[in-house]
Amino acid sequence: MPAVSKGDGMRGLAVFISDIRNCKSKEAEIKRINKELANIRSKFKGDKALDGYSKKKYVCKLLFIFLLGHDIDFGHMEAVNLLSSNKYTEKQIGYLFISVLVNSNSELIRLINNAIKNDLSSRNPTFMCLALHCIANVGSREMAEAFAGEIPRILVAGDTMDSVKQSAALCLLRLYKTSPDLVLMGEWTSRVVHLLNDQHMGVVTAAISLITCLSQKNPDEFKTCVSLAVSRLSRIVSSASTDLQDYTYYFVPAPWLSCKLLRLLQCYPPPEDGAVKGRLVECLETILNKAQEPPKSKKVQHSNAKNAILFEAISLIIHYDSEPNLLVRACNQLGQFLQHRETNLRYLALESMCTLASSEFSHEAVKTHIETVINALKTERDVSVRQRAADLLYAMCDRSNAKQIVAEMLSYLETADYSIREEMVLKVAILAEKYAVDYSWYVDTILNLIRIAGDYVSEEVWYRVIQIVINRDDVQGYAAKTVFEALQAPACHENMVKVGGYILGEFGNLIAGDPRSSPLVQFNLLHSKFHLCSVPTRALLLSAYIKFINLFPETKSTIQEVLRSDSQIRNSDVELQQRAVEYLKLSSIASTDVLATVLEEMPPFPERESSILAKLKKKKGPGAVSVNELEEGKREGGELNGGGERGGDNSAIATSNASTPSPSADLLGLRAGPPVTAAAPSAGSLLVDVFSEAGVNDDGFLRDLEPPTESSDSLLAEGPGDSDSAPPSVVSEDPAPPLPESNELLNKFVCKNNGVLFENQLLQIGIKSEYRQNLGRMYLFYGNKTSVQFVTFSTTVTCPGELQSQLNVQSKPVEPLIEGGAQVQQVINIECLTDFSDAPLLNIKFRYGGALQNLTLKLPVTINKFFQPTEMASHDFFQRWKQLSLPQQEAQKIFKANHAMDTEVLKAKLLGLGMALLENVDPNPENFVCAGVIQTKAQQVGSLLRLEPKRASSDVPINRAQQ
Amino acid sequence: MQFMLLFSRQGKLRLQKWYVPLSDKEKKKITRELVQTVLARKPKMCSFLEWRDLKIVYKRYASLYFCCAIEDQDNELITLEIIHRYVELLDKYFGSVCELDIIFNFEKAYFILDEFLLGGEAQETSKKNVLKAIEQADLLQENLDFQIRLLPAGVLSPNISSESTGLFQS
Repeated sequence: MPAVSKGDGMRGLAVFISDIRNCKSKEAEIKRINKELANIRSKFKGDKALDGYSKKKYVCKLLFIFLLGHDIDFGHMEAVNLLSSNKYTEKQIGYLFISVLVNSNSELIRLINNAIKNDLSSRNPTFMCLALHCIANVGSREMAEAFAGEIPRILVAGDTMDSVKQSAALCLLRLYKTSPDLVLMGEWTSRVVHLLNDQHMGVVTAAISLITCLSQKNPDEFKTCVSLAVSRLSRIVSSASTDLQDYTYYFVPAPWLSCKLLRLLQCYPPPEDGAVKGRLVECLETILNKAQEPPKSKKVQHSNAKNAILFEAISLIIHYDSEPNLLVRACNQLGQFLQHRETNLRYLALESMCTLASSEFSHEAVKTHIETVINALKTERDVSVRQRAADLLYAMCDRSNAKQIVAEMLSYLETADYSIREEMVLKVAILAEKYAVDYSWYVDTILNLIRIAGDYVSEEVWYRVIQIVINRDDVQGYAAKTVFEALQAPACHENMVKVGGYILGEFGNLIAGDPRSSPLVQFNLLHSKFHLCSVPTRALLLSAYIKFINLFPETKSTIQEVLRSDSQIRNSDVELQQRAVEYLKLSSIASTDVLATVLEEMPPFPERESSILAKLKKKKGPGAVSVNELEEGKREGGELNGGGERGGDNSAIATSNASTPSPSADLLGLRAGPPVTAAAPSAGSLLVDVFSEAGVNDDGFLRDLEPPTESSDSLLAEGPGDSDSAPPSVVSEDPAPPLPESNELLNKFVCKNNGVLFENQLLQIGIKSEYRQNLGRMYLFYGNKTSVQFVTFSTTVTCPGELQSQLNVQSKPVEPLIEGGAQVQQVINIECLTDFSDAPLLNIKFRYGGALQNLTLKLPVTINKFFQPTEMASHDFFQRWKQLSLPQQEAQKIFKANHAMDTEVLKAKLLGLGMALLENVDPNPENFVCAGVIQTKAQQVGSLLRLEPKRASSDVPINRAQQ
Repeated sequence: MQFMLLFSRQGKLRLQKWYVPLSDKEKKKITRELVQTVLARKPKMCSFLEWRDLKIVYKRYASLYFCCAIEDQDNELITLEIIHRYVELLDKYFGSVCELDIIFNFEKAYFILDEFLLGGEAQETSKKNVLKAIEQADLLQENLDFQIRLLPAGVLSPNISSESTGLFQS
């Protein structure tokens, strides 16, 4: 029996914890817990009323059991009872229990909220803090509904204690994060911003987190915080290490507050006011200077706190990207850290330098550290540090150092950790193509990549090498020779066999003169790998064989022999069998001329324009494609894009939403997504898709040797065609903020689905959309209005903030090149999960004459698009109307008509809104009434609308009720 | 900060604080995954790692690992010092804190954390002010349980004696 100090409040708890710790096995522990649970249950259910102390003890035991990982399904009521105890420790345990085991039982929430309300109005600061902590810990919507109005008042009230203000600020932050719509700062804004001036450092420390979060969402409303933050920062930075007393941490004045201030400033562009800016630059210089001073303490806490501020300052300098002097100083400072003995600092320096590398002012300065970074890649013992080094090498790569960096990365790949290989492979492939001047180097690099890390080479990578070889006749002979040599290795990767089969099938003739690589030798070499390969590769090899028959008539009989063998012509795989049969037949009956035509060398891939569907569209414009061509386009191009794009039924949308992203999406997600191994079928095996079409008719042969280009294109931001031009100018690649007019553009589409979304001198964006139930499909048409091509054209659709969980938006890849005067199409599938108020953002980037164009628009997806019109009779309508009487079920707006009111125009608008316009329902024929159901995945919301035009005043009151 | 976990070298979770809403199932999954990942790392490795789309900052004090998950723009070094300050607070409150203090007085560890961090952000970084708030609360306790340390003697078997090692003594 453990000796427990006398007079202690919860002796029973300590005993129980000891008992649990003494349990020899999991079973014994569970047994002990069950015994305790039974005991507590009987106490709670017993006739004798428990005193507060016992209740506290048992609730605390339950909490302990829950934290051990066991389920607790009772005791909530007792915990809630504790909340209204006026003994502090009982209340405190009650709140802790509620904070840890939130229960969405509505009955309880009401009781909890009641207790919180009492404590908030108690004017006892310790009780108020407990209540605020509980709200902040739970942060549920019900609590936001109950308290989001009250807390800002507490926060700014003059008589609120400092400690309560601190809790109130962060409590509000938590509520804002979970339910931004319920936290309305409005009138409090300026008083909240002025908390930055508060005398109490703790209040500033807490309030600034709230202000930063609010500033990110509403930068304009909070922009006065910039000058306040700068002066606060300046006072801290220039203070002596003892000035701030307890806010000094290991000789560093207010490190947390400093970091938060620097972080807040990163929500804004550099201050416009010269004096403010001057003061800020001075602060940043002081911080950089301090980094050079000898440390005031040997403790790691001192240097961590100091460097935390330094890194945050460097982030701000990079964010501004306008002060060359500071950028270069930052880079030199990070350079020193690259060789620091602290692993943490080396890691952070590598990470931070990555962003510096993309600034034109510091790119060169970053490059001077290349040897150190390469060394880090080779010698760091921690894989996460090596990963950062690889990232930095990738970021600092340009034409001048590409060969060195690619070679280092390749050699690192041989021993690289499995967890980062996939990403490394993509990076090498991208760099090799982006900076390839000499294509034999490119071919060598990619073949090396397959040799070293074949399993991690995704289809896009090997498709791309084939595409480039086909397009550049100066490299074809070299490629054939190299791939032939690579295939000599006794164990070579299947991806190598694919590339080898394809290239020798096309260009084997270029090396056939050498007796060591005569046609028969080539064939035998390929065929020696055949039995080790998977079905798709075998299918590809069969196609290479028929190509051989055309290239080298002398191999015909040998190959026919192979095709005729039982293992081919009777292969259990229907695809292989069909190929063997058809190729055999073709080789026997077709004349040499026909054979030569059918099996002609692949034509060069038009840069960025290879899919037949895109060609069709380009020729005729999207509206003018006839049905037959569409059918064909769907088979040939649509398949490649991973789904029947024009299928109108909802199931098609649903499946494409649910399916894995297309391969190019995998590529673009290369930093974020988990690695997808090349072997995984989820890569949407493009070639296999094409194979499934082969053999349907004769030109199937052609198609199956055609590497699908669309997906490979997106591998790169810059194609080989562009690589002779100057290196890309360094412009921020981050998506631009939405255009100022984007809201207005969005409003234009509330009541219509088709039209021109945006137009400037270069680009026109047209839109066609259709919605059914909670699903929608949008066609975007990007038209190039100039006579010059747009290159590296790319778009991304994002759902900012909580919209992510409300809408599911998937965009198909778009052609990366738009010829002058041409138009390309993009399909976007939308699924409405639950109600939403923001619009998704569409970011468009392309280069026009070398200059990066970067613009962001709001995609016109509004909640009313998911209306399903509902017909109902007058009686029904008004009955329902009356039922919807709760305040949040109704909204009314009176507004002035902008134009003379025309009944027909109003009707058209209302129909465009998506609801059913109900005739003969409202007794007043002047009024319009509508009904509809908003279809979301989570729920269906019935809505009624009534529009009462008043001609005299031209006011239009609109009533709208939602269920 | 999205969450903070304290766990022992044996992988036992000693404290969990979540600042984002997650289901119990998800919490358990994350805990299992992270405890495994962090325990597998060698000493002297860097204190930061990328995990899902978060950054993990961790530090070991004697037998206990303190592990925080922060978001992309958050500052790793200052988070490391958040951990340190929390350990200092525990140390000051319990008087040379050890793992056992946190096991037997888990509720106090939560209360101290709530005074220091709220909603995942630093609320009060002054050691004095945080302790003042906690001590004021202790003064309000009507029972005479000013004896804070609830360390039962005799529960230490040799293999877990590390739990009684002061966190600052390693």
